[in-house]
Amino acid sequence: MTTFGEKAVNDNGSGYQTYLAFLCELLQKHNRQQVTIGESTGLVTDLGLSSLEVMELIEQTEDHFDISIPLNILPDVNTVADLAQKIQQLRG
Amino acid sequence: MLFDKFQAMADFQTELSRRDVKPFGAITDEVISATEGVVQGRRVILAGTNNYLGLSYDPRCIEASQAAAAQWGTGTTGSRLANGSFAEHVALEAEMADFYGVGQAIVFSTGYAATMGMCATVAGPDDVILLDADSHSSIYSGVKLSGAEIIRYRHSSPDDLAKRLRRLGDRAGRTLVIAEGIYSMLGDVAPLQEIAAIKREYGAYLLVDEAHSMGVLGETGRGAAQAAGIEDDVDFIVGTFSKSLGAVGGFAISRHAILDTIRYCIRAYIFTASSSPSVVASVRQALRIVREEPERRERLWDNATRLYNGLRELGLPVGPAVSPVVAVEFTDREQAIAAWYQLFDSGVYVNLVVPPASPSTNFLLRNSMSAAHTPQQIDHIITAYRGLLDAGLATPKTAA
Ligand SMILES: Cc1ncc(COP(=O)(O)O)c(C=O)c1O
Repeated sequence: MTTFGEKAVNDNGSGYQTYLAFLCELLQKHNRQQVTIGESTGLVTDLGLSSLEVMELIEQTEDHFDISIPLNILPDVNTVADLAQKIQQLRG
Repeated sequence: MLFDKFQAMADFQTELSRRDVKPFGAITDEVISATEGVVQGRRVILAGTNNYLGLSYDPRCIEASQAAAAQWGTGTTGSRLANGSFAEHVALEAEMADFYGVGQAIVFSTGYAATMGMCATVAGPDDVILLDADSHSSIYSGVKLSGAEIIRYRHSSPDDLAKRLRRLGDRAGRTLVIAEGIYSMLGDVAPLQEIAAIKREYGAYLLVDEAHSMGVLGETGRGAAQAAGIEDDVDFIVGTFSKSLGAVGGFAISRHAILDTIRYCIRAYIFTASSSPSVVASVRQALRIVREEPERRERLWDNATRLYNGLRELGLPVGPAVSPVVAVEFTDREQAIAAWYQLFDSGVYVNLVVPPASPSTNFLLRNSMSAAHTPQQIDHIITAYRGLLDAGLATPKTAA
């Protein structure tokens, strides 16, 4: 587990940067093509995550931030930024 | 282009068609009994069906079916809400309600329609659905249509379920929790006592799909909820007539009178033709047999124990507990396919399961037992698996 805390990154209190940093670190484990992971990295298009891996990523994120991420939002999630924004909304 | 997405499946089918028999959709030429058939020219023991009580070929069910076809004709040609409610359908609903000791039951044309239809209808746009991560396709299809917020809980994890209900706060009271009695791929039983306790604590609702557990578990065969002693906590049970009852069709029952109103809101019930009366008549007869011959359930579990112990003693990677579904896991795809063919050549038909139908990245040879299997047939199956080990087509679990 990473040690990212709520206040670890300065993001004007919105949390967005924290979520982004958390996701980027978590995704390193799936970075088979050694791409540079950032906001615009596509979970499936760039990292080639399988649906099982996406669900694993979601579960780890849910545990870490104590939230539930509804399946309904997944069709709108393509990039790391999309997911970070959804987490921000859910915690808002 | 439109068809690009099918290419991977086309390639897989081409790969499998190198032999004349395909593991998916092998053709049964002849049914010899509930447990034996001729599949593409080869006589095999059927160990990949869901014929748990062996009722698919029961003379009493066949006779009831024939008589009903003669009396009512071959089909209803219409929906239950139009011309398709015959006295047979209504009688079966009354008998299902009576079997479950509740006030109302709905009969559907397939189990898939029953599960999908109920999951699509009971919770709506302002509600939440909490479903097990390893839920059957009919559940996933249904909840998608519901318009509800859909959240997965980790497979059979009461702790994870509780956490998610806590996170919902006041909305827990508008939440439908969904679980299956026995999960069809690995044969594991849901921890329904724990799930029911959590559901009660948070004031949520519970729907249990007993497709693989009705007729199989519980003192009178009502399923996993009965076996767990938590039927009073279950708001809706759905299930199928295609497995233990040996026919086709599905049902929903509830202790809530509102089920009779929900009936008129389920598209998968309204906009499809009702079951053929001959099918309904055989289900009614099969249900009578389930009630009158509990020894079938005992025989099923004896058979399951024999197969499970036999495969476990060979060192094969089977699940943690005896179940009528005994799955052997493979990590290697080629090995799993080759093993399927060798079992077939040894006269044993089982199910090959590939992701995403299997709950992980593993491949499965899924064996299902029937009350109608003989000890000799089960020993033949075990011997065929020993042949896989001898041929290097299966890997024993390292010292369990
Ligand atoms: C859990 C579950 N629900 C529903 C169904 C659908 O039932 P049927 O095949 O009778 O339509 C099945 C079986 O395929 C199942 O395993």
